[in-house]
Amino acid sequence: MTLHLDVDGAAVPFVPGQTVAAALVADGRLAWRRTRSTGMPRGVFCGIGVCFDCLVTIDDHPNERACLVLAVDGMRVTSQDGTGREADR
Amino acid sequence: MARQRVVVIGAGIVGACTALAAAQAGCEVTVVDRGQPASGTTSRGEGNVLVSDKPPGPELDLALLSRWLWDDLAAQLGAHRLELEAKGGLVVAREPAAYDALVSLASAQTAAGVQTAPLTNPRSIEPHLAAGLAGGVYYPQDAQVQPVLATAAILAEAQRLGARLRPGCLVVTAQHARAGAITGITLDTGEQLPADTVVNAAGTWGGAVGALLGAPVPVLPRRGFVLVTEPLPPRTIRHKVYSADYVANVAASTEDLQTSCVVESTQAGPVLIGASRERVGFDATLDPAIVTRLARQAVELFPMLADVQLLRAYRGFRPYCPDHLPVIGPDPRVPGVLHACGHEGAGIGLAPATGALIAAYLAGDDPAALGLDPTHFLPDRLLSAPIEEPTQ
Repeated sequence: MTLHLDVDGAAVPFVPGQTVAAALVADGRLAWRRTRSTGMPRGVFCGIGVCFDCLVTIDDHPNERACLVLAVDGMRVTSQDGTGREADR
Repeated sequence: MARQRVVVIGAGIVGACTALAAAQAGCEVTVVDRGQPASGTTSRGEGNVLVSDKPPGPELDLALLSRWLWDDLAAQLGAHRLELEAKGGLVVAREPAAYDALVSLASAQTAAGVQTAPLTNPRSIEPHLAAGLAGGVYYPQDAQVQPVLATAAILAEAQRLGARLRPGCLVVTAQHARAGAITGITLDTGEQLPADTVVNAAGTWGGAVGALLGAPVPVLPRRGFVLVTEPLPPRTIRHKVYSADYVANVAASTEDLQTSCVVESTQAGPVLIGASRERVGFDATLDPAIVTRLARQAVELFPMLADVQLLRAYRGFRPYCPDHLPVIGPDPRVPGVLHACGHEGAGIGLAPATGALIAAYLAGDDPAALGLDPTHFLPDRLLSAPIEEPTQ
């Protein structure tokens, strides 16, 4: 049975032990976020949780570091623009 | 007459403001720092330009002058080069008794020239504040700068006026004339810098630098932590918000850890959460218990922060003198040595006024013409007691 993430509605496969970032890169995705001031594309950069470039919304929690979160079957990953918290304003 | 040669030791915000004021006064200025500009305490705080946290007295007079001079710097250099933001401060009290004390402090501050506005419902201007607070006082003059940007911009302006900047140079010895006056310093490169005047703007390390110049002053480190959250949307937190007990903690001298939460957003989006104070020498170890305590206090003020992530924490050493006033002015023991250090957690706010005072001393002008009593800050007051050496 193949394991999948739900990435903006699309099924992205992964193998056990992969992080969300690894699954996204393996799926051919290099950027999944836009910066909050100039809208520039961002994906994984440091890969070790330091740079906060690879942020995604996971199961409605914004600003999770895709490089640190282990993929779980059915996990809902949403790409985010800006702070991911526009509703908090 | 030859131009006065001034060496400023320390390229933090105080050294930068001193260098600019001295260059504007026509001095030949060299700024030396063992590291890079703003690499010490300047970059380890929140960029506070506050009048709200000071009761009436010499430090408030200095802060009010400095607040005006920050606006003047913004007019000269451009507010964007400093990220000067007149966001206003909001001090809140949980209990009615604390609110009453806060309102009477505000009333005394008003008499000293501070703008204040008591609010029984502080959520009217800060909507994410916790419910049930007894009240708050709004201080529209409180502001914030990005201290590293500001230091760089001020140093650049000083350089434009002819000042030289020598980063990465440690001062190793000083030279004195037979009568005792300072005549210059030697760098670790072996280079000698002749000087008519040397300004000790070494911040938390001002005690050691003063000793090297033959003029030790009792400046000791007090460690402070600041937490940084993930970016939030603009205007989520609108003012510099802190609890009323911050004022009491700043004034305290205890060695124990004190925390009183200060919460504010930055132009880049992250929220800064300060501020702890403790006397642990120059020990820079990260203490998770302090991070936890500050975070808990922040969530008490702003419940919505409970599910906001922290990105990191940083810490710095606030330079304090025994009476919590900075030491600004000529040293009575070594002619030609002036001190400009010991500003504790208020150095960013107080830097322009400090530079103006030093420039007045350099020019032989009466510093009282700046509109405050400069004698409170003179080193003489600190020299009767034995001077404690900081533990390294």
